[in-house]
Amino acid sequence: MMIKVRNLKKQFGNVLVLNDINLDIEKGEVVAIIGPSGSGKSTLLRCLNLLEEPNGGTIEINDVKLDTLNYKSRDAYQLRQQTAMVFQHYNLFKNKTALQNVIEALIVSKKMKKENAIQIGEELLKRVGLEKQAKQYPITLSGGQQQRVSIARALAVKPHAILFDEPTSALDPELVNEVLQVIRQLADQDTTMVIVTHEMQFAKEVADKVIFMADGKIIEQGTPEQVIDHSENPRTQRFLRQLVDELDVVER
Amino acid sequence: MNFDLSYMLEVLPGIIKYLPITLLLAVVSMFFAIVIGLVIALIRNSHIFGLSHLASLYISLFRGMPTLVQLFIIYYGLPQIFPSLTTMGAMTAAIIGFSLKESSYLAEIFRAGLNSVEKGQMEAGLAVGMKKSQIYFRIILPQAALNALPATGNTFISLTKETSLAFTLGITELFAEGKMIASASMRFFETYLAVGLVYWLLIILYSWGQKYLEIWLSKPLRR
Ligand SMILES: Nc1ncnc2c1ncn2[C@@H]1O[C@H](COP(=O)(O)OP(=O)(O)OP(=O)(O)O)[C@@H](O)[C@H]1O
Ligand SMILES: [Mg+2]
Repeated sequence: MMIKVRNLKKQFGNVLVLNDINLDIEKGEVVAIIGPSGSGKSTLLRCLNLLEEPNGGTIEINDVKLDTLNYKSRDAYQLRQQTAMVFQHYNLFKNKTALQNVIEALIVSKKMKKENAIQIGEELLKRVGLEKQAKQYPITLSGGQQQRVSIARALAVKPHAILFDEPTSALDPELVNEVLQVIRQLADQDTTMVIVTHEMQFAKEVADKVIFMADGKIIEQGTPEQVIDHSENPRTQRFLRQLVDELDVVER
Repeated sequence: MNFDLSYMLEVLPGIIKYLPITLLLAVVSMFFAIVIGLVIALIRNSHIFGLSHLASLYISLFRGMPTLVQLFIIYYGLPQIFPSLTTMGAMTAAIIGFSLKESSYLAEIFRAGLNSVEKGQMEAGLAVGMKKSQIYFRIILPQAALNALPATGNTFISLTKETSLAFTLGITELFAEGKMIASASMRFFETYLAVGLVYWLLIILYSWGQKYLEIWLSKPLRR
C-alpha cells in the first residue's frame, strides 16, 4: 500500500471539514477525487503533506507513518519528502527560471551537484515539452506552460506519489489539453497519483479509482464506471446531474 | 542683488571635504537599520503572541519620537542612567540613534514587502521538501527585497538628509561645516545654498544608482 489514511479529521474553527476519512491507495494507482465545492477535496490533499494540520487520525505514505496528533517537525519533513504537489495556480517560484524551478529542491534539499541537477532538470523539461523555455521566467510563460513546469518540478524530487489539486481549473480551455496530456503520460508510466478534478471525462479515462466526496466524507468509491456512469448513490447522482446541467449552460 | 556666486564656488571644496562623514553616518546607520528592521519585520510576521506585540511597540515608539529628541536621549541622557556610557562617542550615539529610528520605518516596509510575495510559493517549496528557512532565503526574501526597494530607497534618502542633525551632538559633517563657514564670513545664503546643493547632488546620484539596481533586480519579474 502506498498511501494509507485512517480516521483523518480536520476542522476549521468549529466546522468539521474532514470527517473520519479512510483512504487506501496502491502503488501505481491513479485516484481521482470528485465532489461539490467545499466538500473538503483540497483540504484532504493538503493534509496528506501537512500543509494543513489535521486534528486527528494517522497518515502512512510509503512506510513513513505519522500520528497526526503526536508528531515532531522532523516527522512532518519526512512525510513531505514522500510526495510532491501540483497546485491549481502553479505556484512557481517567480524569481527562478523554469529550469531553476525544477532543480531548486534537488540542489537545496537533496544536496545534489549542480551539473547533475541541471541534467535531470533538462530531461524533465523535455518530457513536458518545454526544453526551449528552460531559461524563461514564469511570468513569460503561458498558464499551460507554467503548469507543465510545476509538474516537472514535482517529478524532480522522485516522489512516491503526486498530489494534483485541480491542475487545469485555472487554465484557458485551449490550454487544458496540453496539461492533461502530460498527466496521461504519467498515468501510463504507473505513477501513483491523487487528482482532484472537475474534468469527468478525464477522470474516467485515467483513473483506476474514483472517490466521490461530499460534506467532508467519502460518500462512495469505485471504478470510474461504478461511480461516474452507474452510481446508485442519490448524492453522487445529484452532483453529476448538476455538473451536466452546468456544462449545458456553458455550451449554450 | 547681493549674491556672490564666486564665493559660493570658493567654499564648495571646503564643504565637500566633510561629505565622507555624512556618508559614513548615513551608510553605517542604514546598514544597521536594515538588519534590525528585517529582524523586527520577521518577528512581527511570526504571530508569536508576546513577541509580535513587542515588535509593534518598538515600531510605534521609535516612529513616534522626533529624531532629535532620540539623539539627545541617547547621547546626553543615557550616560546619566548608565555611567559606563559616558565614554560613548558622539559618532556612535548618532549612528545608534539613526539606526533605531530608521529601522522602525524599514520594519514596516519590509513587512509589507514580505506580505506581497504570493503565499503559494512557500507551500510549493514545502511540498517539494524544502525547509522553511531555505524557502525564505532563496525564494521569498529576494522577491520581498525587490518589492521593498523603492520605499527603502526613500528611507535612505531621508536618512541622508537627517544626518545633518548630528551637528547638535558636536559632529562636524556637511551641515556643521557650512554653519561654521557661514558664521565666520556672514555669507549665509551662499554657504547654506552650497551645503544644500551638495546634499541634492548626492541624492541625485543615489536615485540614479537605485533606478539601475531596480531594473537589474526586476528582470525576472518583467515580461
Ligand atoms: N483556511 C481555512 N480556514 C477556514 N475554513 C477553510 C479554510 N480552508 C478551507 N476551509 C473550508 O473548508 C471547507 C472545505 O474546503 P476545501 O477547499 O477543501 O473544499 P474543496 O472541496 O477543495 O472545494 P473546491 O472544489 O471549491 O476547491 C470549505 O467549507 C471551506 O470554506
Ligand atoms: Mg479545492
